[in-house]
Amino acid sequence: MALTLKEVEHIARLARLELTGEQKELYREQLSAILDYMAKLRELDTKDVLPTAGGGLTQMILREDELRPSLPKDALLKNAPKSEDDQFKIPPVFE
Amino acid sequence: MNGSSLSPQSDKSMTNLTELTIAEMQAGLRTGDFSSRELVQAALDRLSKVEPALHAFLYIASEEALAAAAEADKKRKSVGATGQFPLLGIPIAVKDVLTVEDLPCTAGSKILEGYVPPFTATSVTRLKDAGAVIIGKTNNDEFAMGSSTEHSAYGYTHNPWDLTRVPGGSSGGSAASVAARCVPAALGTDTGGSVRQPASLCGVTGLKTTYGRVSRFGLIAFGSSLDTVGALGRTAEDVAQIFSAMAGRDELDATSADMPVPEINFDGDALRGLKIGVPKEYFISGIQPEVEEKTRTAIQQLKELGAEIREISLPHTEYALPVYYIIAPAEASANLARFDGIRYGPRVDADNLWDVFFKTRGQKFGPEATRRIMIGTYALSTGYYDAYYGQAQKVRTLIKQDFEAAFRDVDLIAAPTAPETAFKIGEHVDDPLAMYLEDVFTLPASLAGVPGISFNCGFDKNHLPIGLQLIGPYFREDLLLRVTHAYQQVTDWHKQSPKL
Repeated sequence: MALTLKEVEHIARLARLELTGEQKELYREQLSAILDYMAKLRELDTKDVLPTAGGGLTQMILREDELRPSLPKDALLKNAPKSEDDQFKIPPVFE
Repeated sequence: MNGSSLSPQSDKSMTNLTELTIAEMQAGLRTGDFSSRELVQAALDRLSKVEPALHAFLYIASEEALAAAAEADKKRKSVGATGQFPLLGIPIAVKDVLTVEDLPCTAGSKILEGYVPPFTATSVTRLKDAGAVIIGKTNNDEFAMGSSTEHSAYGYTHNPWDLTRVPGGSSGGSAASVAARCVPAALGTDTGGSVRQPASLCGVTGLKTTYGRVSRFGLIAFGSSLDTVGALGRTAEDVAQIFSAMAGRDELDATSADMPVPEINFDGDALRGLKIGVPKEYFISGIQPEVEEKTRTAIQQLKELGAEIREISLPHTEYALPVYYIIAPAEASANLARFDGIRYGPRVDADNLWDVFFKTRGQKFGPEATRRIMIGTYALSTGYYDAYYGQAQKVRTLIKQDFEAAFRDVDLIAAPTAPETAFKIGEHVDDPLAMYLEDVFTLPASLAGVPGISFNCGFDKNHLPIGLQLIGPYFREDLLLRVTHAYQQVTDWHKQSPKL
C-alpha cells in the first residue's frame, strides 16, 4: 500500500521529527514497501488467538513501594544541554 | 585454511596473551605466569594494532582498565583464592547500549553524543563484582537497530575475516573484537538476532539469553519485550562464565525472572540421547548453499556425538519477520520518545519547546532509527493499531506456540543462524527490507523469548565463517552451552583466527 506524502507528514508530526522534503519522499517509498510486506500477516485467521503481552514467560515482579535513595541531582543534571538552579532549562512553553 | 596466524611480532609473549581464552587466562593468573596488568596491556596493545582497521570500539578505557587491572592484581595477592571473584583481572568489552558509570555512552547515536552515564547496567556491575576489567565500549548499529553495524552514527565496523565486509549486527563491535583477539569475551544485546548473527558472521560463540534471564537495567531500551543481554566469546566455556556471572533476578528490572541460575557443568555426555529438532522452515530457497551444507554437516556431527535428529516444523516461521518489524519498531518508537534534547545529549536550539523537539530529533536520529520510529508510530496510531500492532501480537502468540509444541517433542532445535555469510559493506545498507531479511532465522526465538546460541561450524569458499544456531526451551542456557562445548571438543573451527 502506498502512503501519501500527507500521511508521512502526519506520522512525522506524531513522532516529533522534522524531516526535509527529500527525507519525506524517501520514507514514503521505504515505509510503503515495508508496510506491503507486513500485509502478509492478514493471511492468518487470528480470531481466537490471544495477543502476546510482554516477553517470554516473565511475570512482572514489583518491589515494595518504599522510599529509597536515588542518584544525586548534580549527577542527573550534568548531562543536560542546559540547566540552571538545579533544574533543566528549556525554552518558554507559553508566550 | 590456517589456524592461529597472527603476524610475528617483536614482543611475542604479549601477542600470545591475547590468544588465550578466559579459562587459560585464569590458569595463568593463578600460577602467576602473568598479571592482570599484563593481560590488559596486551589487550590494549593488540587494540592499538588492529583497531585502525576494524573500528570495533567507540571508547577505549585504557587508563581505567589499567587501574582496574592493578587493583585486581593487588586483590589477588591479598585475597588469595578467587572463588568469590571468578573473573578477577579478566579484560572484557561492553556493547555501547549498556551503560558503565563515567564511560561515554552513545548507543551509536548522535542524539546521545557526549552522554556520560551516572550509573552502571546491572549486567556490567555483576561482571565487575566478579572481578572483570572493562576495556571499553564496542560499536553497534544506532540503538541496536541493524544487522551490519553500518547504522552506527560513528562509522562502521569491519569484519576481521575480510575488512571489506560487515561484522553483522547490531553487536558487530563486540563480535569483531572477540574474533580479532582483542578481548576474550564481550557483552552484546540481542533483540532480534543482534548477538547470534554477528557471532555467526565473525565466527565466534554468541549466547542470546532467555528473555528476563539477565537484567535489562542500564540497557538503553529498544524493544522492551524483546531486549536481552548476552555474551560473545570464543568458547562455550568462556561464554558460560560470563553468563553465570550476570544472570539472575535483579529488582531494578521488574521483568527480570526469579529463576535459579544453575551451575553449568561441562562434565559428562551432553548429547547422549538428546533429541534435536531440525525445522524444515529454516532450510529455505535463497539460503547460501554452503550455509546449508555446513550446518547440515554440523548437525550430523551432533548425531555422531549421540543426539537423535528429527525433522520438525515451526509452521509460523515465515511470519516472524513481519511480526518483528511491527512490534520492535512500535516499542522503539515509545522508548525513543525520551530523546528530546532536554535531559541528555545535544540540543538543537529553537525559540520554542516544540521546535526543540522536532529539530533535535529530526537532526540527531540516524536513518534507521528514524525509519523505525516512523513505522512504529504508524503501527500504533489511531485507526491502524488493530490491523498492525494488534494482529502482530496475535501472530506472535502463534510463533510462541510453535516453540512450545516443538519442545514437547525435542530438547533443542538446530538451524542456520543467518541465511548468508558476511556481506559486503554497503551491499544492503540502502535497502531496509534486504537488511531485515538477514534476521529471518533469529527473529522467531526472539519473539518467543527463548534462548539461542550461535557458534562457528565451518567456512565458505571465501573463508568466511558460518554459524550453527541452537535454540532451547526457556531458561535452558545450560543445555545450549553444554552441547556447544561438546561440539567444540571434537572440532576446531572455534580455534581459527583471522589474519590481521
